[in-house]
Amino acid sequence: MPFALLKYGLGSEYPFEKHADLPPPTALKKRYDVVIIGGGGHGVATAYYLAKYHGITNVAILEKGYLGGGNTARNTAVIRSNYLTSEGVRFYSESVKLFRDLSNEFDFNIMYSRRGQLTLAHTDSAIRAFRQRAEVNKHFGGKTELIDPQQIRELVPTLNMYPGQQPVLAGLWHMDGATARHDAVAWGYAKGATQRGVELHQLTEVTDVLVRDEKVWGVKVRQGSAEHVIECGIAVQAVAGHSSLLAAKAGFRLPIVTYPLQAMVTQPVKPFLDPLVSSPAFHCYVQQTGRGELVFGGGSDPYPLYNTRSTMELKEELLAHAVELFPFVANLKLMRQWAGLTDMTSDYSPIMGLSPVENYYLDAGWGTWGFKSTPICGKTMAELVATGKVPDLIKPFGVERFSEFRQVNEMGATAASH
Amino acid sequence: MKIMPCPLNGPRNINEFVYGGEVSELPDVATAPDSDWAEHTFYAYNGTGIAREWWYHVASGYWFVAERHRVTDEIIRTYDPAVLAEEKAQ
Repeated sequence: MPFALLKYGLGSEYPFEKHADLPPPTALKKRYDVVIIGGGGHGVATAYYLAKYHGITNVAILEKGYLGGGNTARNTAVIRSNYLTSEGVRFYSESVKLFRDLSNEFDFNIMYSRRGQLTLAHTDSAIRAFRQRAEVNKHFGGKTELIDPQQIRELVPTLNMYPGQQPVLAGLWHMDGATARHDAVAWGYAKGATQRGVELHQLTEVTDVLVRDEKVWGVKVRQGSAEHVIECGIAVQAVAGHSSLLAAKAGFRLPIVTYPLQAMVTQPVKPFLDPLVSSPAFHCYVQQTGRGELVFGGGSDPYPLYNTRSTMELKEELLAHAVELFPFVANLKLMRQWAGLTDMTSDYSPIMGLSPVENYYLDAGWGTWGFKSTPICGKTMAELVATGKVPDLIKPFGVERFSEFRQVNEMGATAASH
Repeated sequence: MKIMPCPLNGPRNINEFVYGGEVSELPDVATAPDSDWAEHTFYAYNGTGIAREWWYHVASGYWFVAERHRVTDEIIRTYDPAVLAEEKAQ
């Protein structure tokens, strides 16, 4: 890529990209080896790695709306791996590493920007938890340190160190923290997958999962008013926000409760905030985009709902906290607000791997941690589909952990701390 | 602001309330196998219909039951938990 860029830089012709667009839609075939339900980041990444590493290209991605139009477009694009458990850190660290090379790999700019992520401690107990997280992270090759108020002042000079009578005592400085354009991640994967022969069918809703003798054999789909039955060898569900509803069609339940998650963005201002800043005690995180807008996010809504409506209550509470951290943003105007649906598990870890239905694989329970795991999720799900064996990296995340009482507790490292 | 019709305090701002999970039956403490406890603990209702939920009014320390639609967010009915006991007795 860099050399190609240099060539274009010195040339006088506009660098016309031959395969910039996705191939035009084709008619659905009667049968595919693999059907992936959900054309978000995770679904297209799974298809991409299936084609790239395992040579499986008779694959259809079925998307109800449009490519990356669901929760892939609604997250706040945080990439980090400073979780608490060994299982979690090992998994997310792989993802952070994969993100770094994606632009080169796709030959498509995902606007990856390594900024570092700073989590604030306002209490002694938070500092103790941060120490543990820093050590677990270092053990798995991450760059994470506990830093003192002076170092925080140097990193973020504009931060109010005494917000709401809760002084900032220390910070967890995660140098691997980054952000990227979330849509571009889905587009890049889709481009790579379709170039290798995978079919992406947008505006194609899966209305039923067809199971015989506890084994999946096909799906029923709707395209406009037309209905089709497609046979498949293997089906993968990757429908963040609707996992329980699709699983019910396949005939089983998931230990998930779905909550809305709201976020918002201000008008653009001069760049002043390089790292992503988060305060779990204040239920709030802030980052400045490349365009200068401030993105504010927090935890999921206080009660479950399948609805992406906006509430004044959450905005007031979240922004009151944000203004405590950065008082001078109080007069900024909000430009946009939106909500996504988060499939929350009780231990704040995903549900990946086998399901009660044979050849029907799960990529669910992505709560508020889905975007950052897109690459590793695609890679491990592709390995599962190709080999039928659950890769070691995702073994701890099987749905059976909820009946065997071996949860992977990431609550402290997840809730409102993106 | 969204309003919650509290059976004790009348219509109040929903900010004053805390959601307390689904109304469900506790497994038999003496006899229930682990699988029943797993089901009770982790597998709550997550459909698109009306859910029966516990809600708590913080200021008055009052627990009650609300029937709420999980897509429209409409609160259909709220009542005192005594109603649950009556239902059970019948």
